[in-house]
Amino acid sequence: MTDTLLTTPLHALHLELGGKMVPFAGYDMPVQYPPGVMKEHLHCRAHAGLFDVSHMGQVILRPRSGNVADAARALEKLLPQDVIALKTGRQRYGFFTNDAGGILDDLMIANRGDHLFLVVNAACKEADIAHMRDALSKTCKVEEITDRALVALQGPDAESVLAAIAPGAADMQFMDVATHDSDFGPLWVSRSGYTGEDGYEISVAADRAEDFARALLDHDSVQPIGLGARDSLRLEAGLCLYGNDIDASTTPVEANLVWGMQKARRAGGAREGGFPGSDVILRQIEMGPPRLRVGLLPDGRAPMRQGTALFAAEDADAAIGAVTSGAFGPSIERPLAMGYVSIDHSGVGTKLWGEVRGKRLPVTVAEMPFRPATYKR
Amino acid sequence: MKFTEEHEWLRADDDEDDVVTVGITEHAAEQLGDLVFVELPEEGITVAKEDEVVVIESVKAASDIMAPVDGEIIEVNSALIDNPALVNEDPLGKGWFFKMKVADMSDLDAMMDEAAYKKFI
Repeated sequence: MTDTLLTTPLHALHLELGGKMVPFAGYDMPVQYPPGVMKEHLHCRAHAGLFDVSHMGQVILRPRSGNVADAARALEKLLPQDVIALKTGRQRYGFFTNDAGGILDDLMIANRGDHLFLVVNAACKEADIAHMRDALSKTCKVEEITDRALVALQGPDAESVLAAIAPGAADMQFMDVATHDSDFGPLWVSRSGYTGEDGYEISVAADRAEDFARALLDHDSVQPIGLGARDSLRLEAGLCLYGNDIDASTTPVEANLVWGMQKARRAGGAREGGFPGSDVILRQIEMGPPRLRVGLLPDGRAPMRQGTALFAAEDADAAIGAVTSGAFGPSIERPLAMGYVSIDHSGVGTKLWGEVRGKRLPVTVAEMPFRPATYKR
Repeated sequence: MKFTEEHEWLRADDDEDDVVTVGITEHAAEQLGDLVFVELPEEGITVAKEDEVVVIESVKAASDIMAPVDGEIIEVNSALIDNPALVNEDPLGKGWFFKMKVADMSDLDAMMDEAAYKKFI
């Protein structure tokens, strides 16, 4: 039996544009277009890139009471973010946790006035929706949006390009959300993304998505970008890929994501704890985690890929960590990685050794992001 | 010029009868994607056919380049160390990997010519 891959509303366009298609989270997705990963990456940083992220889950939490604060209060039972304080028209990053303090998925949470709008990872969306229906159905209707595509427009030219279609987009700040009317119907826009660049994620009706994408691509500055460059862009930005850098076995503290937990949910906060695994997570914040996700810069030119074992010394017997994402960074023009190392080897500047093809090569713990973000704040 | 099923090319030297230059084909370079790292063998080492002599890494993954025949590595293209992209830009020219002194030139007889390789891919 062969599994049939799902397709997004932009599938035919990917083929027409020469996309090299690969299976990803159950979908047939473009890993690259004819220019290739390196040129796509650099184009996005210099001009603008268009990404099809329609495989990701779009979910509305609609409060049965009509009061969005009730949906926010309910959602706070599943994650350590302050959702109640999230204002209308604003978005924030979050993560669902499990009872052991591990991360079930990471997501974006937006307050769209009378409901919350969530964007979750493709590979996790079924589980996330079931999880929310189990826990939240009393207070909220959990609606999976299946009739809308999702695209990201990222890079320094993103603002001028989107503003030509939806002028209001230019007035948005980083992590603002708004609905803009357009020739392609209402666009649900957030000024965010996953590349470290200024830009937008835009939800558009599935039957208008191809026309919308073509209108964006009509601008000389916009090129389509595949999953390959999406990965190197997010890695340079120091952002986690769920399934690689974070998963059910990593806590947010180990993953260096405590910045994403607001004061209200931490020890001494107004709504301290009250999320799955809060005992483990709050204790780790206080006592320190046993290991930490860090940035890594190999000293040489050889990339250190996912799974590369890390050692404290060239001749050490036991590994003190491993790489979870590793690649070449086209913008920083050198290999880069992130991974977990034991806490006593996690300081920026610590010299470590990565084992590549049986050889121990030097690598240094580095600040992230590897390239400063250019968000519009 | 001769071609292997591993998408390598061998070009006979103009001056030396038993020396060939080795690289990878345009097809292989395109499939691999942009190269970001090349590890070359030491000059002077003796290699056997199918020994892994060069490591290359593209934006996507690592791969090996094998010795196409028995012989001795006599020169490597050290320009690739600082500029692996030469392999993508000019795979049949400036993107060559190494020159080798071939133990038995008749090993090349069974290899594909350009027409046969084009059919092969």
